[in-house]
Amino acid sequence: MRTPLTLRILQSTPRAGWIALAIFAALAWIAVPVAHAVLPDTHPLHLSAYTVSLLGKILCYMVVAVAMDLIWGYAGILSLGHGLFFALGGYAFGMYLMRQIGRDGSYQSDLPDFMVFLDWKELPWYWAGSDSFLWTLLLVVAVPGLVAFVFGWFAFRSRIKGVYFSIITQALTYAAMLLFFRNETGFGGNNGFTDFKRILGYAITSPEMRATLFALSAALLVASLVLGRYLVTSRFGRVLAAIRDAESRVMFIGYNPLHYKLFMWTLSAVLCGLAGALYVPQVGIINPSEMSAANSIEIAVWVAVGGRGTLVGAVLGAGIVNLAKSWFTMSFPEYWPFFLGFLFIAVTLYLPDGVVGLWRRLCARKAAVPDAPPVPAARRDARPVSAARPPVKDPSDLPAAKGAEA
Amino acid sequence: MRLPLPRLLCACALLLAFLVAPARAALDEASLAGLAGDFQSRLDTIEALGVAGGGDEARRVLDALEAGALGVADGRVVIVQGESVVAAANGETLDLAASAVEPLTVNNRVRRALGTARAALALSAADRAERLAAARTLADNAGQSLLPLFERALAGEADDEIRGVLARAAARVNLASADPAKRLKAAGALGESSDPAVKALLAALLEKKGDAWVEPSSEVRAAADMAIHAIDRRIATAETVGTLFSGLSLGSILLLAALGLAITYGVMGVINMAHGELLMVGAYATFLVQGVFRSYLPAWVDGYVVAAIPVAFLAAALVGVAMERLVLRHLYGRPLESLLATWGLSLVLIQAARVVFGPQNVELANPAWMSGGIELAAGVVLPWNRIVIVGFAVFVLVLIWLTMQKTRLGMFVRAVTQNRAMAGCVGVPTARVDTLAFAIGSGVAGLGGLALSQIANVGPAMGTGYIVDAFMVVVLGGVGQLAGAVWAALGLGIVAKFLEGWAGAVIAKILVLVFIIVFIQKRPQGIFALKGRFADS
Repeated sequence: MRTPLTLRILQSTPRAGWIALAIFAALAWIAVPVAHAVLPDTHPLHLSAYTVSLLGKILCYMVVAVAMDLIWGYAGILSLGHGLFFALGGYAFGMYLMRQIGRDGSYQSDLPDFMVFLDWKELPWYWAGSDSFLWTLLLVVAVPGLVAFVFGWFAFRSRIKGVYFSIITQALTYAAMLLFFRNETGFGGNNGFTDFKRILGYAITSPEMRATLFALSAALLVASLVLGRYLVTSRFGRVLAAIRDAESRVMFIGYNPLHYKLFMWTLSAVLCGLAGALYVPQVGIINPSEMSAANSIEIAVWVAVGGRGTLVGAVLGAGIVNLAKSWFTMSFPEYWPFFLGFLFIAVTLYLPDGVVGLWRRLCARKAAVPDAPPVPAARRDARPVSAARPPVKDPSDLPAAKGAEA
Repeated sequence: MRLPLPRLLCACALLLAFLVAPARAALDEASLAGLAGDFQSRLDTIEALGVAGGGDEARRVLDALEAGALGVADGRVVIVQGESVVAAANGETLDLAASAVEPLTVNNRVRRALGTARAALALSAADRAERLAAARTLADNAGQSLLPLFERALAGEADDEIRGVLARAAARVNLASADPAKRLKAAGALGESSDPAVKALLAALLEKKGDAWVEPSSEVRAAADMAIHAIDRRIATAETVGTLFSGLSLGSILLLAALGLAITYGVMGVINMAHGELLMVGAYATFLVQGVFRSYLPAWVDGYVVAAIPVAFLAAALVGVAMERLVLRHLYGRPLESLLATWGLSLVLIQAARVVFGPQNVELANPAWMSGGIELAAGVVLPWNRIVIVGFAVFVLVLIWLTMQKTRLGMFVRAVTQNRAMAGCVGVPTARVDTLAFAIGSGVAGLGGLALSQIANVGPAMGTGYIVDAFMVVVLGGVGQLAGAVWAALGLGIVAKFLEGWAGAVIAKILVLVFIIVFIQKRPQGIFALKGRFADS
C-alpha cells in the first residue's frame, strides 16, 4: 500500500509535535524578526543585535545536534568529526562572502585581503565561481557531502565502527584543521575569513538581513527535524536502528548496512554543512579552530545531555549547553572547562538518556504506570561482555588460576 | 691573497725570529717592536705572538693588551702594573712613571687578532677540548700567516679529530696558494670535510670569471669537483642518519604514549581520551621532583630525572586508578560513552593543571649529562637527551614485556584482553585485573610524560595532541600486541620524519592518516592480529 509522501511525513510526527513546531515557527519567523527589525530600539520588547545573533548561532548548533543525533542516536555511530563538516559548509559560504566584499577591503583589491597580503596575483582554481550565489549553495551542500561520502564509503566498507571510527573521524578533522591553518591552502590561514560586508548586495549588518538569517536558520532546523522524524520512523529508520543494535544479525538477514549507514552519514554531514553556512554570516567569522577536536566532541555532549535517540532531545541539549556556555564564559570563564568536563562525566554516568529520558522517567513515575518503562538508551549498545564479570574475590583461592600459573 | 710586501717581510721576519728562538725563553724585545709601530704591523705582531707559541710570556702580553695595560714608552713596549712599569718582553722593572706610558688602544680588529692569537696559543694546551675548540676557531678565519702554525700543530697532534680539523684548515689556506701542486693536494684533502662552507669554497673554483676559469689548472678543477661530490655524499648520509634518528626518537615517544593505551584499550575496549593528560601528569610530577631536588638536594640536582621515574609512574598510575574506579568502572560495555566521559576527565585535568601550575609552560632543565650531543656533520647533531629517551623507551618496553609475559598479573591481563567472558569463567578476577591494568597503562603514560618533559614544553595542554597519534599506533599495530605497537610506533615515527623533510609537517601528517585509513581497509586488525575466534556484537 502506498501512501502519498506528504501524508507519510504528516503521520511521522504526533500532533503535539506539529503544534510545538508551529509555535516555534511562529516565534522564529514572526516574533523575533519583528522584535528585532521593526520595533524601535527603545521598545521594551526590542531584541538587540547581540541577542538575535546569539539565538541564531544556537539555532545553527541545534541543527548540528539534530544531524549528530541522526547518526549517533539512530545509527550508533559516534562521529568526532562533525565540526569538520560544519566548518566546510562555513568555509564554502565564507568564500562567497569574501568575494562579496569586492573592493571594500583594506587593500581595495578584487582579491580577498589575505591573498593580497600573501602577494597572490590571482584566485586559486578552487575559488572559481565563488562569486556566484547559486554555485556557492551547491558547494555548501556538495563539499561536506562529498567528503563524508568518500570517507564514509571507505570506513563503512571495511566495517570500521565503534571507538575506531570515532577516533579516525577525530584524526581526519585534526588533519583538516592543520591543512586549513596553512596559509598556502588558500583559506586565510589561522585568521580564516572575516570582515564580511554583504550578501546578494544587501548589507550583512542590517537588522533586516540579521532577521532573515535568523528566520532561515529556524527554517533549516524545522526542516531537519521534520526530515529526521520522517526518516527515523520510516522503514529505513527501522533498519538503521537494527544495524545500531545488532549489525551482524542485520547482515545475516540479508541487508547491506553500508548503504544505510552511508546515506545517514552523508545526510548528517550535509545538514552540518548547511548549518555552518548559516552560522558564518551570523557570527561574522570562520577560522580553522572550528575544526578543533574539542568542538566536535562538544556536539556529542549536546546530544548526550538532551538524550540521544530523540530528536527533540538533541535540540534541547544544544540549547541548554550553549546557553550555559554563554552565561559561564561571561560570568566565570575559569570554571567553564570544569563545568563542561563534569557535565560529560555526570551525563554519561547518571543521565544516560539525557534530559528527555529524565523527563520521561519523571512522567512515568507520576502517572505510576508500571507497564511501559522506557528502554534506556544505554542498554541498547550494551555488549554481552559487561555481563560476564564473575563474582570472584581473590585469584589465589582459585584452583584454575593456580594451575595456570604452574 | 695579496699581502703588501713590507708587511709580508715584517711578518716573515717575526716568524723567523720566533721559529729560531726557543719558545720557552723570555720574548725577544724585537718581536714586540711591531706593537709600537703602525696599526697593521700591530695586528700582525699580535697574530705572530700567538703563532709563535710563546707560552706564558706571550699570554701575559696579550692579557695586558686586552686589559688596556700595554703601552709604549721610550720606544719600548711596556706593561703598566699599578704604579710600576715593567718591560713587556722579560718582565724587568723599568724606571718609568706610569703616566709616561702611552697606552695602546684596543679596537674590534685588534680584539679579533687577539682572539686568533689566543686560539693559536691554545693549540698547544694540554686539554683536548680546549685544543679542539681552538682548532675550530682558527679554521674558520685562517689566513696564509697561520699556515706554519697549522703545520707545526699537525706534527705534534695525536688526536684524530683535531688533526682532521687542522688538516682541512691548512688545505683551505693552501687552496689559495700560488703553487698548483699545493692547490691540487688541498682540493683533495678538502674532500674529507662535511662542511657546506667548504663545499661553497670549492664550488667557487669551478666558476668562470668572464672567459677564464677562476681556477686555471684543469687538474685542480677536477679534484675540486670530486671533492664536492664526496662532501655531498657525506652530507647526504649524515642527513639521512639524522632523519632516521629523529624518526626513531619520535617513534620512541609514540611508543611510550601508545604502550599504555594499548594495554588499557586492549583490556577494556575503552579509549581513554584522558591518556594524553596522564602524560601531562607524569611531566608535572617530574617538574615537582626537580623542584624538590633544587631546594633540598642541590648537589644531586642532575639526578632528578632518575628519581622522577618512580614518582611519575606512581602519580599517573594513581590518577588512572581514580579514573577507573570513579568513572570507567560504571560505564562497562558502553565504549562510546566512556570515550565522552574520559574526554570530560581530560578537560577537568587540563583545567586543574592550569589552576594549580598556571597557564604558562613550566621550566624544566635538562640535567648536564643529557645536554649536548654527537655531531655527525655540520648541522646534524644527535642530541643526548633524545638518545637517552630512545634507551629509556627500550627499558620501559622490556619492563612491560616482562610484566606481561612473565608475571601472573600479565597472564591475567592477556587472558582478559583475548576473551573477557572466558577469562572470568576460569576464575580470573576481571574487575581487579581491569584496575591493575589501568594502573600500569596510566603509569607507563606517566613515564612517557617524563620522557617528553626532557624534549618538549611542559604545559597544561601538552598531552592533547598525543591521544590520536597514540591510538593510530595501536590501530596500526593491532590491539593487545606489544610487538605490533613497537613496529607501528617506530614505523610511523620514521615515515613521518622522512615525509616531513620531503613535504612539510602538515602534509606529512595528512599522508600518514590517509595511509592508516587505507591500511585498515586491508588489515582491519592491525599488522599483528590476535589469533582467536571473535564474533563482535
